[in-house]
Amino acid sequence: MTVKTLKVLSEDLKNIDSAYAAAGGNTAALHDHEVSSLVISGSKVLSANQTEGVVLEKEEQENGVNIKLTIKKGYKIPNPVHLCFGVVPEDGLQQINMDFVAEEASSVELIAHCTFPNAVKVIHKMEAKMHIGKNASLIYNETHFHGSYGGVQVSPKSFIKVEEGGRYLSNFTLVEGRVGCLDFDYDVAAEKDALCEMITKVYGKAEDRIKIKERISLNGENSRSVIKSRIALTEKASSEFIGITEGHAPQARGHVDCMEVIQDEAKAEAVPIVRVDNPLAKVTHEAAIGCVDKKEVETLMARGLEEDEAVDVIVKGMLA
Amino acid sequence: MLCLKNLILSRDGKKILTGVNLEVGDGEIHSIIGSNGAGKSTLAYTLMGLQGYEPEEGKIFFNGEDLTSLSITERAKRGITLAWQEPARFEGLTVRDYLAIGVQDPDKNLEKEIWGALEQVDLKPEKYIDREVGEALSGGERKRIELASILTMKPKLAILDEPDSGIDVVSLKEIVTLIQALKENGASVLVITHRKEIAEASDRASLMCEGAVLRSGNPKEISQFFINRCIPCDNRLYSLEDRS
Repeated sequence: MTVKTLKVLSEDLKNIDSAYAAAGGNTAALHDHEVSSLVISGSKVLSANQTEGVVLEKEEQENGVNIKLTIKKGYKIPNPVHLCFGVVPEDGLQQINMDFVAEEASSVELIAHCTFPNAVKVIHKMEAKMHIGKNASLIYNETHFHGSYGGVQVSPKSFIKVEEGGRYLSNFTLVEGRVGCLDFDYDVAAEKDALCEMITKVYGKAEDRIKIKERISLNGENSRSVIKSRIALTEKASSEFIGITEGHAPQARGHVDCMEVIQDEAKAEAVPIVRVDNPLAKVTHEAAIGCVDKKEVETLMARGLEEDEAVDVIVKGMLA
Repeated sequence: MLCLKNLILSRDGKKILTGVNLEVGDGEIHSIIGSNGAGKSTLAYTLMGLQGYEPEEGKIFFNGEDLTSLSITERAKRGITLAWQEPARFEGLTVRDYLAIGVQDPDKNLEKEIWGALEQVDLKPEKYIDREVGEALSGGERKRIELASILTMKPKLAILDEPDSGIDVVSLKEIVTLIQALKENGASVLVITHRKEIAEASDRASLMCEGAVLRSGNPKEISQFFINRCIPCDNRLYSLEDRS
């Protein structure tokens, strides 16, 4: 590798470090040899580190990267695996194809930060397949930062299969800066005794457009799930939430909980769908769309906050 | 300190406050008692300046200043605060964050103030401080957190709307102690209550009936009068009494 190329890579790494920090990431973790990590800027893999029990394969493509991440059978990974996907320039296309496998009885937490701090016209697409093996556990925390221009189009799509006794807990957060256009589509199939929890928190501003579709099929006996969505919208932002839970097996239990708070001219739509075809399964749902709770606002004003400060505290609490 | 002159307020075309006159002195614990629908909570909301509770007539004076047209925040900045009968839920907000909002003095040690307030309401700080206010807390625990938030604010006038509702006898004694602690901190307390234990621990009490203060005075006498004449309601009472 030439000196010139090394310099470019070093500059890229510096830029992505800054972008990662802007998204709330801990940059030290990306350079810690005891922590598995992967840093991708545009279609380039800038750094990768794997620790015992983690197998990380990556392949650069014209507009993105193919990744295969495997947690070996029985391994409980002590430190979270850090992933950073970023596009630093104002425009670009990034396609991430992820194949994730948590083998039987393994356990891991993934912390992913997707950061596009300067985006004016950036497209980020993710197609993920996740396989959580028998009695394996995955905690997947994904935080996005899209900068202040609203020029990001993000489409994360995942299919997740959770085998018998497996656990899948995900937390998707996009609350700082603008959203741009988000088209989120996650589909989970849960087998016997599996436990799934999907939480999404998004704060839309200006003319942001948010579409969230989450589906969990409770296919196995005694499988359990919760879909929890919290969306706050201001100005002319709009959102559409579809939360689907299907109960197909005895003792399957699912719940869909969507709360959206709107201000100004924002528009929100929530569609919780429950489908049950087994008489011993039970799925419930709740959805609420409205302005910020008046009593909460007035309580905080009675402690000395101005109205807009009170609204800010309440919305940040809901999205925390 | 607090002086209400002929407060009149209607909601949905119905007159709820029909002319409230009341005075609460410096450092005084003053109970408002009365039957359901007498206008007690409406009076509390009107004093705090909540939206939809703007009086059509009458004045609210606090330390000589006319507050009638001031916002909730402006009243709070003058040292008035309110604890609701059913406290708000606040999803995602921790007890620490919630109590910190009330601390008005930026020079105070925030953490110390919060811990102190929680200890005063008999909640172990290490157990509660990082919990969410909206979490499944018992009615008594939530009430105590509400009172702790009032304590951190160090108000000049604390309006407590039925702090005793849904509380067992043991907790009731603690609430009486807390009301007295507010007084010791220099606050006047206007407490709306149905419980004679709280009314009788006050310095003075007023009986409300049909949107007005019917009589004020010694809390034991007012409490006894309420028990004898208002349960069941003596319909002749309102016309028989001289309204001040």
